[in-house]
Amino acid sequence: MSKNIRVQIAKRAEKELQDGDYVNLGIGMPTMVANHISDDKTIVMQSENGLLGIGPYPTEDEVDPDLINAGKETVTAIKGASFFTNAESFAMIRGGHIDVAILGGMEVAENGDLANWMIPGKMIKGMGGAMDLVNGAKRIIIIMDHVTRDGKPKILNQCSLPLTGKGVVNRIITDRAVIDVTDAGLKLVEVAEGYTLEDIIASTEPELIVSDNLVYDAF
Amino acid sequence: MKKIYTSFDEAVAHIEDGMTLMVGGFGLVGIPENLIKALKEQKMTDLTVISNNCGVDDWGLGLLLQDKQIKKMISSYVGENKEFEKQVLNGELEVDLVPQGSLAEKIRAGGAGIPAFYTPAGVGTPIAEGRETREFNGREYLLEEALVADVSLIRAWKADKMGNLVFRKTAQNFNPMMAAAGKVTIAEVEEIVEVGELDPNEIHTPSIYVQGIIQGDQEKRIERLTVKEA
Repeated sequence: MSKNIRVQIAKRAEKELQDGDYVNLGIGMPTMVANHISDDKTIVMQSENGLLGIGPYPTEDEVDPDLINAGKETVTAIKGASFFTNAESFAMIRGGHIDVAILGGMEVAENGDLANWMIPGKMIKGMGGAMDLVNGAKRIIIIMDHVTRDGKPKILNQCSLPLTGKGVVNRIITDRAVIDVTDAGLKLVEVAEGYTLEDIIASTEPELIVSDNLVYDAF
Repeated sequence: MKKIYTSFDEAVAHIEDGMTLMVGGFGLVGIPENLIKALKEQKMTDLTVISNNCGVDDWGLGLLLQDKQIKKMISSYVGENKEFEKQVLNGELEVDLVPQGSLAEKIRAGGAGIPAFYTPAGVGTPIAEGRETREFNGREYLLEEALVADVSLIRAWKADKMGNLVFRKTAQNFNPMMAAAGKVTIAEVEEIVEVGELDPNEIHTPSIYVQGIIQGDQEKRIERLTVKEA
């Protein structure tokens, strides 16, 4: 995925965050959302390793080896931040205190199943905090490419990869569209610039309910 | 007053082959650097190690992989280490992957006398296969059993001579729960102060959980140096 497309997805994902939200951003592309938070919002970001209130990356002088995020990157802490244990951190997560988690995805199914932690036959690195997060945060947003490198859908009738969580996803944001997981099925709510409704239908395996308020050229 | 060790070799001397150890830290932050090095020098083997990660190839718990001292790892993420992958593929190293929040809570429960608990993490995934689940209020939960250790090796910022501990920033991570879940807990600290010098309001780990302390210089290696773009 080109950097421009990653930025485009990150900027669209930022619109999901509301002033005052406590948010957990997954490792990788989701972390980029933090670079695009609008100035009129106060967002408090949580890191699983025991930090509420992640600040910007440090300057070289500010680097503190005791202060990292869940991706093990050196970070800073904002004024008003707090440090705590991993047990406390996941009490926050499981206890439903995190408003939004934005995570990456390999596959999402029609019913909201998510696969994003292992590919059979490849070395398993571990799930980290993903299984706790998807079952704990109030709202789970998955950001990913709409299709694989070979052009195959990643939004499927059923996940083919081992699951991270069952029926956990609320919204999918891709380079092509925004799709909500609803009880009636997947609902297409936005189409990105450069794509048509037909493009989205053709590159998504499950049948889509098209929103009455579908927005074209949305981002 | 607690046992204050002056030698790291002495601090780990009571650890025997085949024991289960908890080792604090998240990535390379908050790891007991010198206690791990002493385990390598003392050549204990067949260890079961409970730690969120397994260090990197040449630092932290990765050092114990070099001489195959670890028989089994219980972790949530082990992706930073090539030697780890090699030993798993060769069948020389067993690995039990646990969701990070469940790992933290299993350790907390172990130290708190709770034998098991239910959590939503892992339901419907491969880790739940063949395991007990139960429904509460219409939602399915997975049973997770507590973890305890023969010895916990942890890292703190400051200790007083009674063994009260204070941690620094995100170097706290798994250390306080592990202090409670070890039958014996040895804390490697950056500074030992007199009793009364730590403010009781600010103690993270009360002395009751700590059996021995030792002061050690920390290298504090950084795994991913990330700085603001100029």
